[in-house]
Order: sequence, then C-alpha cells, then structure tokens
Amino acid sequence: MRRLLNLRPDRSSRLLLGILPFVALLIVYLLASNLRLTENPNDKMLPAIVTFADSITQLAFHEDKRTGNVILWTDTAASLQRLSIGLALAALGGLVFGILTGVLPYARAALSPLIAALSMIPPLAILPILFIIFGLGELSKVVLIVIGVAPFVMRDIGMRVGELPAEQLIKVQTLGASTWQAVVRVVLPQMLPRLIDAVRLSLGPAWLFLIAAEAIAATDGLGYRIFLVRRYLAMDVILPYVVWITLLAFVMDLLLRMLSRKAFPWYQKP
Amino acid sequence: MNMISVRKVWKEYDDQVVLENVSLEVKEREFVTVVGASGCGKSTFLRMLLGQETPSRGEFLIDGKPLPDEPGPDRGIVFQRYSVFPHLTVLENVMLGLELERAPLLGKLFGRKRGEVRERAMAMLDEVGLHHARDKYATELSGGMQQRLSIAQSVIKQPRILLLDEPFGALDPGISADMHKLILRLWEEHRMTIFMVTHDIKEGFELGTRLLVFDKVRLDAQAPNAFGATITYDIPLHVTSHKVLEELENAKAQTERFTDGLVAA
Repeated sequence: MRRLLNLRPDRSSRLLLGILPFVALLIVYLLASNLRLTENPNDKMLPAIVTFADSITQLAFHEDKRTGNVILWTDTAASLQRLSIGLALAALGGLVFGILTGVLPYARAALSPLIAALSMIPPLAILPILFIIFGLGELSKVVLIVIGVAPFVMRDIGMRVGELPAEQLIKVQTLGASTWQAVVRVVLPQMLPRLIDAVRLSLGPAWLFLIAAEAIAATDGLGYRIFLVRRYLAMDVILPYVVWITLLAFVMDLLLRMLSRKAFPWYQKP
Repeated sequence: MNMISVRKVWKEYDDQVVLENVSLEVKEREFVTVVGASGCGKSTFLRMLLGQETPSRGEFLIDGKPLPDEPGPDRGIVFQRYSVFPHLTVLENVMLGLELERAPLLGKLFGRKRGEVRERAMAMLDEVGLHHARDKYATELSGGMQQRLSIAQSVIKQPRILLLDEPFGALDPGISADMHKLILRLWEEHRMTIFMVTHDIKEGFELGTRLLVFDKVRLDAQAPNAFGATITYDIPLHVTSHKVLEELENAKAQTERFTDGLVAA
C-alpha cells in the first residue's frame, strides 16, 4: 500500500470528488427545507425548489407590473455597468501610477507614501463622504469601487515592475531606448498580464463595495434587490440572487483568465 | 590613438574599497578579457564602463571625452542571464534596437519600414544560427541560444564597444566552445572593441588579445575591506585571431591527412 500523500485521483474521479460536496450540500438543504415545510407550510426560511422556480420565472422572464422591466436583467445590467466601469478605471489608474512609481525613483519617492497611506483607509468608512460629494447617483458607486480597488492595483503593479530583472532595463538602454520607449516597449507589455492578475484578485472586493453601495442608496441593482426583499424575508429571491452573483463573478474571473492566456501566451507558466 | 583611457579610478562603497588606483589604456578593436577572484571588482569595473555606476575618484575617457554616466547605444552589453525580453519573439528581440532608433514615439515600426528592419534582423539571426527559432518566444530557448540571441540583439546596433559579463558562465562546457567561435567571428566581422569578464582563466586566454587580472595587492586580515583590487597582470596575447588559428588547424589537418595517406599506402 502506497502512502496516502502519493495517491492521486485520475481525471474522472477528480471530477466526481469535486461535485460530491455540492451534491451533499444540496441534499442537506432539501432535507432541512422539507422538514421545516412539513411542520409549517408558510415557513419562509428554507423555501422548496418549486418556490424557487416560481420566483425565478417571475424575476427573470416576466415584466414587472409597475415598471414594465424584467427585474433580474435590469438589476444585472445596472450592477455590471457600475462594476465594469469602476474596475476599468481602477485598473487604468493602477497601471499608470504603478508603472510611474515602479520605473521612476523620483515618482516613487513622491507618491509611494501617499498611496500607502490612502490604501489604509477603509473605503466603506468614506462612503458617506462620497454620497455627499457625488450624490446618490451612479457616480458615487463607481467612485467607491475605484477608491477601494485602485490602491491595491497601484501597489501591486509597482512591485511587479520592481521584480523585472534590472538587466532588462539596462539592456534596453544600450539598445538606445529613452525612458518613454523603455516603458512602452519593455515595462508596459510585461505589466498587462500582471494587471489582469491584479484585477482578478480585486473582483471579490469590487463586488463587496458594489453591493454595499447599492444596499445603502440605489433604485436598482443586484445588491439593492437583495436588501429590498430582506424586509419580506424573501429567501426565495435572496438565495437565487446570491447564486447568480457568484456565477457572474466566476464567469468574469474565467473570462479574464482566458483573455490572459489568449493575449499573452509568453506569460503562461507551464 | 587610445580609444578608452581609465585614469586612477577608485570605487568605494561607504567603508569598503572595491577598486583602487586602476589605470588602463585600450586601443580600438582590442579583445580584452578580464579575470580575477570573485569579489575582486571585475564586474564593478564593467558596470562603470557601461555607465551603470560611476567611479568614486578618477575618470573614464572614451576618445578623450568623459564617458556618459548612463548606458547608451555605443556600448552594448550581454549579461550572464535575463538580458532577453520574454514578451518578444526571437525576431522581435533582435528588431527592437533598430525599431527604437527609427520610431521615437512608439518604439515600434509598421508596414514597409518594419519590413526593412525585419530583413536586417533575419540576416543577423542567420549569422548567430537562430534563424530556425525566429518565431519562438525568447524564454522558450535554451540557455546557450538565449545568449546567442542577447549577443545578436546588441551586435545589430553596431556598438563600438561590446561588454560581456560572464556571458558563458552558466552554460555547459560543450556549448561554450561554439559560443567562443561565434563571438570571435562577430568580433572580426563587426570590428568591435570587446571587454569580457570571465571566471574561467582558460577562456580568458583563448579569446582575448589581452588579458587583465584583477586582484588585491594588499590584504589585511583585520580589515578585509580596507584595500581594493587593481590590475595586477596585463598580458598581451598575440596570436588569437581566429583566422590564424583556423589556418593553423587547416594546415595541421592537411598534413595529417597526407601522413595518414602514406601510412595507409
């Protein structure tokens, strides 16, 4: 008998093992839900599958009587728009300032302490300030995501630039490059896949900030909906929304990973 | 006329003296090999020639003028590692130097101009034997091929001085022999002045027209950093033109074939 640490599952058993915990979780839910519903058919805590199906059909495929919109899609579109604008701005700002502080010692001396200090501010603590300055509209939510994510991206990219072998920057100077040319031909192209990594790591915090902002002041959005129906203990809406948000985050992560693999084949580790 | 003059150069870091009182005159087209124990400042000396570091005292002159205090296109460099760009293909790595020169804003050429540069880069790759690998990413190459690439990348810029910092130190001995042939050929064809730091004395003797040894003249066991290294030997090596060597080899082979023929008969 070989040691346990040398035993490896093959492809199909790996798949099976991966699915198993999900199935177990589902079974536990179904049993618990069934138990509660037989005791009290009006229980709202753990709705039956049929109830979920009804709510999902209502939210995803029927127009809302009051607004004429299909709620799930309106919410999704609103949230994704805020999230993607916020993430794009944070990535762009992070890239520019990260490269600036990574390449130029003078920029590093002037900006790094400030960025380090700013990144320590809990973004949610200044959400009220954002609402006061930028109003309750789209802007304050986007700004919250930018403020929450950009300092991390800046510091990460700054460090990644520092990790480039010094030999590369010397070499490109002996090939006649100016500072600008060294940035656009050597530093920037090598930072792009690392930027994708940084954005992937920021997806979690970005969703957190988005949902927090939507919960406090919004008229649509996935976070808004969850907190709205909380008053009615509408678990049949909240749980599908949570699953949907998780799925969206997963797909975004997957797309970014595919983009990195497609656009930067030299960056992929074997 | 001496091309490079080094006048009473010292290099000190805080209380550590690395180099003391180094003076040297080098003519155009010399192949200077530099050997010495590790920590004897031979790499520091090379970095000062490169402009990556400045001397604490004394001066480096090139054609009678002070050496620029930052790296530039007149002095090419090949490091032991990490001097090819992993995000570019082999061909793009070689094109880079020419593109930087012709496209100040983007450092990248398009269309017909790119075609011209591409032609020259292909010829250069032919010269170093990397033509077949031109579409691979630089990091897909073996160590020896990466060094060939790094050399090609520098030589295509036609630098007057080529600096080599232990370029073959990390390679298998079998590969080094091929690399020696390559570097001698390029040295002849492109009429460069070469400085090469190596830890392999044999290599230093084989390649150079002149061998410098860096060593500490004074040693103090109580204060090992108090004294720096300087040039202790400066040995002219006359017959190293690889053409002459080749002729000798050919002549020898011819004679051997002749005598073998006699024995067989």
